[in-house]
Amino acid sequence: MPKVVFITLDGAARVVDAQVGESVMAVAVRNGVPGIIGECGGNCSCATCHVYVDDEFSACVGAAGDMEDDLLDLGVADRRDTSRLSCQIKVTEDLDGLTVHLPAEQ
Amino acid sequence: MGAGTLVIGASQAGLQLAVSLRDAGDTAPITLVGEEPHAPYQRPPLSKAYLQGDAELGQLLLRAPEFLADNDITLLTGDRIESVELHNGGPSGSAITSGGRVLSFERLALTVGARPRRLPVPGAQLGGVAYLRTADDAAALRAMQAGAESVVVIGGGFIGLEAAAVARAQGKAVTVVEAADRLIGRAVAPVISEFYRAAHTRRGVDIRLGAQVTSLGGERGTVSEVRLGDGTKIPADLVIVGIGVEPRTELALQLGLQTAGGIVVDRHARTSNPGIVAAGDCTRQPHPVTGDGLVRLESVQNAVSQAKAAAATLMGRREANDAVPWFWSDQYDLKLQIAGLSAGHTGHVVRGDIDGESFSVLYYRDGALLAVDAVNSGADYMAVRKALTQGATIPAETAADTRLRLRELIVPRAVGA
Repeated sequence: MPKVVFITLDGAARVVDAQVGESVMAVAVRNGVPGIIGECGGNCSCATCHVYVDDEFSACVGAAGDMEDDLLDLGVADRRDTSRLSCQIKVTEDLDGLTVHLPAEQ
Repeated sequence: MGAGTLVIGASQAGLQLAVSLRDAGDTAPITLVGEEPHAPYQRPPLSKAYLQGDAELGQLLLRAPEFLADNDITLLTGDRIESVELHNGGPSGSAITSGGRVLSFERLALTVGARPRRLPVPGAQLGGVAYLRTADDAAALRAMQAGAESVVVIGGGFIGLEAAAVARAQGKAVTVVEAADRLIGRAVAPVISEFYRAAHTRRGVDIRLGAQVTSLGGERGTVSEVRLGDGTKIPADLVIVGIGVEPRTELALQLGLQTAGGIVVDRHARTSNPGIVAAGDCTRQPHPVTGDGLVRLESVQNAVSQAKAAAATLMGRREANDAVPWFWSDQYDLKLQIAGLSAGHTGHVVRGDIDGESFSVLYYRDGALLAVDAVNSGADYMAVRKALTQGATIPAETAADTRLRLRELIVPRAVGA
């Protein structure tokens, strides 16, 4: 079972078990990781699951799609190159240990 | 320790309310009671990914069971509150469940939701007639749909059209029967209604508008045809009924709370007894943006926003539910995203290519931006949502110009205006 590591603002790491095929947002919300809201349930509509993908994983995770790109542009406070909406990142075996950093606000 | 908070209704609003109480530092007991046998789950995918077979219930849970336990939120499922009474006018009181439990509370929240309106015609009790509200409804429908060939959807609202889209994608013959003269009439403007009529028709769905269902005919206890007022008979081995919902107001009436097509609440989710809060599909509330009138919003966004306001109220703070409403619907490869409420608009601007199935419609009232319906146009949806949230506008004169990005057309609210 792959793991996802969420790094909070104060640098603390929260390691959560994930199932292959589910989204990083779903993993976070179900386990109550603070700072990821995911109000729309993974529908790319609310922009409340913003994360920064750790540099080590950003190539493997890839870039945002068109609609996600638009939501990131308009919907998040501090967009960076590594910004993604975590509802659009699917967990795979290759992403075991995926590390994402939580933003200051959603 | 006291009896804490009783939250009646364990779906999106009820769960959010419980979680928000904990987030706000509430350390008193929280009991969340739901009549369904499942832990709280997301309803929207039931008529979309779940019905298609692309998701299972376990993936739709809103929180892991361990999360609720870790946060000391007691979840009682498969049990329904039958009666509730207040002690000396409240806010404390006690409730009795159908299973015979007696639950005392110091604070009460009603997040009881709504039930599907039943089809009031002869034959509605036949087998093969399905409704879609709960996970069990969806599981039953998914099983029935597997063997069905001719599907008739009664009701051309979001639920009906999403179900129709899934059935059509599975190769069924699909007919949608709508009593009004256009689709989704309660939620969208005519231009969007017409788009969805054309889009479903292009994909092979037979759309019948202005059609009254008079009865369902059956053989050996199972539905076989839908009969219309003009004498038409439509063959059907599966009928899906999506003709709206009725908010559950029974408990509110027991408590003497004001109701008007829903439990009436103010912007802080307070009922007419200000010690009792209510949130979600069961409520009627002032328009979140204008504060005018009373609206009933059936959406995840409202359930969440209003539940947060309700939790704040219970914690003695005042946080209005003034979030810009938003909503979505997935049908085929068409993603509709709505921000704001278009009701009462006096004009609209179409931006993009309706026939190309990528466009948005911006709604105005006397020049003021009210809402957007965006089809496969996420950037337009987000731009309008942002403008409305900021109290800004996008001038109607320029909104149709697709050479410009909508976000660049946002005009901030004038200082002092």
